[in-house]
Amino acid sequence: MNSSVTLEWKAVCKVDEILPGTGVGVRLPEGQAALFRTRDGQLHALDNMDPFSRANVISRGLLGSLGGTRVVASPLYKQHFCLETGKCLEDETVSLTVYPVRQRGELVEVAVG
Amino acid sequence: MGFAFTLFNSWQAETVKGDIPMTKQKVLLVGHGMVGQRFLEALADRGGLDHYDVTILCAESRPAYDRVGLTRYFTERDADALSLVPDGFMAQPGLTLKLSTRVREIDRHARVVITEAGERLDYDKLVLATGSYPFVPPIDGNDRPNCFVYRTLDDLDEIIAAADQARIGTVVGGGLLGLEAAKALHDLGLETHVVEFAPRLMAVQVDDLGGGLLKDKIQALGVTVHTNTGTRAIVDGEQHRHRMDFGEDRHLETDIIVFSAGIRPEDSLARACGLELGERGGVVIDDYCVTSDPDIFAIGEVALWQGRIFGLVAPGYQMAETAAARLCADSEPSFQGADMSTKLKLMGVDVASVGDAHGQTPGARSAVFFDQSTGVYKKVVVSECGRKLLGAVLVGDANDYGNLLQLCLNQIDLPGEAAALIAPAAGDAPMLGADALPDSAQICSCNNVSKGALCAAIDDGATTVGDLKACTKASATCGGCAALVKQVLDSELAKRGVEVNNHVCEHFPYSRQEIYHLVRVGEIKTFDELLEKHGSGDGCDICKPLAASVLASCWNDYVLSKPHASLQDTNDYFLGNMQRDGTYSIVPRVPGGEITPDKLIVLGEVAKKYDLYTKITGGQRVDLFGARVEQLPEIWKILVDAGFETGHAYGKSLRTVKSCVGSTWCRYGVKDSVGTAIQVEDRYKGLRSPHKIKMAVSGCTRECAEAQSKDVGVIATDKGWNLYVCGNGGMRPRHADLLVSDLSDQQLIRTIDRFLMFYIRTADRLQRTSVWLENLEGGLDYLKQVILDDSLGIGDELEAQMQQVIDTYQCEWKTTVEDPQAVKRFKHFVNDDVADDNLHYVRERGQRRPAYEHERIELVQQEG
Repeated sequence: MNSSVTLEWKAVCKVDEILPGTGVGVRLPEGQAALFRTRDGQLHALDNMDPFSRANVISRGLLGSLGGTRVVASPLYKQHFCLETGKCLEDETVSLTVYPVRQRGELVEVAVG
Repeated sequence: MGFAFTLFNSWQAETVKGDIPMTKQKVLLVGHGMVGQRFLEALADRGGLDHYDVTILCAESRPAYDRVGLTRYFTERDADALSLVPDGFMAQPGLTLKLSTRVREIDRHARVVITEAGERLDYDKLVLATGSYPFVPPIDGNDRPNCFVYRTLDDLDEIIAAADQARIGTVVGGGLLGLEAAKALHDLGLETHVVEFAPRLMAVQVDDLGGGLLKDKIQALGVTVHTNTGTRAIVDGEQHRHRMDFGEDRHLETDIIVFSAGIRPEDSLARACGLELGERGGVVIDDYCVTSDPDIFAIGEVALWQGRIFGLVAPGYQMAETAAARLCADSEPSFQGADMSTKLKLMGVDVASVGDAHGQTPGARSAVFFDQSTGVYKKVVVSECGRKLLGAVLVGDANDYGNLLQLCLNQIDLPGEAAALIAPAAGDAPMLGADALPDSAQICSCNNVSKGALCAAIDDGATTVGDLKACTKASATCGGCAALVKQVLDSELAKRGVEVNNHVCEHFPYSRQEIYHLVRVGEIKTFDELLEKHGSGDGCDICKPLAASVLASCWNDYVLSKPHASLQDTNDYFLGNMQRDGTYSIVPRVPGGEITPDKLIVLGEVAKKYDLYTKITGGQRVDLFGARVEQLPEIWKILVDAGFETGHAYGKSLRTVKSCVGSTWCRYGVKDSVGTAIQVEDRYKGLRSPHKIKMAVSGCTRECAEAQSKDVGVIATDKGWNLYVCGNGGMRPRHADLLVSDLSDQQLIRTIDRFLMFYIRTADRLQRTSVWLENLEGGLDYLKQVILDDSLGIGDELEAQMQQVIDTYQCEWKTTVEDPQAVKRFKHFVNDDVADDNLHYVRERGQRRPAYEHERIELVQQEG
């Protein structure tokens, strides 16, 4: 096994399949991600599983900003997670995995592995 | 002992800190009642268990239970439910509980306690919390079988057993506990009598007029009250077991007698070991609950402070705190007496007594309100100068208790005429603001939390009522002071510069009402436009749904049209209610609760096909749970094709219009309540509002639709419709107010139009109509002026605006299932059509429900 970290980019959808200001769920080889497109076109990908409810619902949270931090609010119990770092603003001990994401042409790619 | 133990030198309390014993000492607690348990909790909270090993000697076979709530035992028959000992509490190191262990003797010289079983336990500190025993009047025959007292669970068990064979039960004593006992006998199905020596019931707390009214009320409930009646002897009866002889040929036959004629301190152990007692009993204590022996404390009903016994639990709790504090070398708090004001519900009758209820203070004057028809009696006692409240008596309506108690305890100048404090209706009674209270004001009497303690907690960072409850216990017991706690919080936060504003969030420095006007006046049609003109940042999960709701109230666009879609909370976005596993529930509209068998069958078939958990809601419709996001459009396609519309159960909008069957079938029905409910529901369905709206229509004044607990309630009379508004059920019930009577069908609709639109225009975010009205300046009178008299001249405008919303109604689900682009959004994965693979269910009572965490682990293991 090669121990160096190599990113494997996986195309998941076209960028215009995500309405600005919303998110979609993404199926990954292992697990699920929540992919967001902000109002100004930035892309972010986090775990889709809400650690507080253990339901795969983060992609359905509302986007926004709190004190300059861009966040998504869990649709179930309304905790906020930083889009950049995945950290939960209400509970420091909890954070979501952040997946690298990029746009190539029309396609959005998420890094896995 | 080898160390200085200066704890009990009350002259210089602050020097004692640090004199907690370094090696563990032995504390014996004699008595494990409510006060004893509170002492243990206070000691544990203060870290006292690090310094003391405490052995608790409990004479009863059960650990501490809620003696105040004893009567509940008759209905619930569940001793565990009354327990006051939290799970695991006694497992703490340093605590040893010995049940059924009665103490025979205290040897103060040897510092040893000897139990009835002969066990010898030595102590460094002894705490007497032996409470009291019921006083049984010295009447011949008081020891006959089936004569009981009312104090312990064992007493209750005996009464319950005896009641089986009995028809008549009599309580001797018409005080607070006596009436509790009477209720218990009454609930056991006995013909119940109360025999009271004094001229009135509750002689200590209420005066003659109040006592008379209380007697009337209690007799109306089926309990016979004999005041001015002393029992001379109890002998064999002719029809029943006992005959109580009252003299002068008066007598009463009964099967059971319960003595509840007051309490006496259980001070026999203290007496036998030579502790100083009061003339009429009670162990004398100082301000630190220390008895005449510096190593012995006494707390609760056994203790006598400045010649007084305190027969209520709150002062006992204060003593427990004081004794625990002293053992931990804390000088605060000391016991400074306690207010004996009480408020309670006796057999459904509110009774309250504050301070000097009998006006015994020299120069005291009183004002009285007495309404025999409604059964309300109120009296306030004021000082000679007329400025201070000294006491009060309330019977039949004790809502003023909190206000009066604060005025009395804190000696605040009265906000107006004394009579205005109790005068009915003519405007609200002058209320006391939280600001007027001194720091010493006791806000929570159950847990003795002062305003100062709340302020200290706020200084330490508490910003919500929940925070305050967690760190001070304020409002944690009966909850009666919750509103006052909130007032203190708001006013203190404001003083500390923490801005208490009604801005919706950090992105908009406006209230919901202001945003509504900005949108309407500026003809703003999208969130982006609103943010650009009046806000900052990106928005958030507070302001986005709010803006979506306001935009919908004003312009009523399809909520999922592109500019609005990203504003919607997931419930509005997917037009369903998200449940705890991330699936949704489906609630089709069933206007007025009327549904044809064919439609009902469709619901059943859909539920069966998709294995949806099915439940009837409180709003007369059917809720189908467990639909996955990608299933929603196909399920709704079937429902829409069958003629169903969305029920807006997910929205801040009209939910249901509940109805009784009315004149359609009911033999009492005056009008067609179902037809009107359907008409009203169809009219306002889809209306977006600050919070959900519930309505009901009853076909006669029997009110089977419970319209008076709704935001809008309509009740038929033979003269027309009566319209009630701003009621609420749920967490914060409120009885609706009658807005107007005797309306025609047409007038009814116009009035509701105006009312709803005025609410939508002026309410705050997530403010139900009940809270909105309570905060509306001018209250109900003002609302009547605006709606009925059109005092603002906006009546036509409100109606026109409502008509516009009604004209532009669309069923969001119909629009959605007909739009292939919209349907595309209902996918769990953007890059795959499969379902969420992390859903786990178990079957229960014939249906499925999401697995709990521990079940999921088992399921995954099985599946793995």
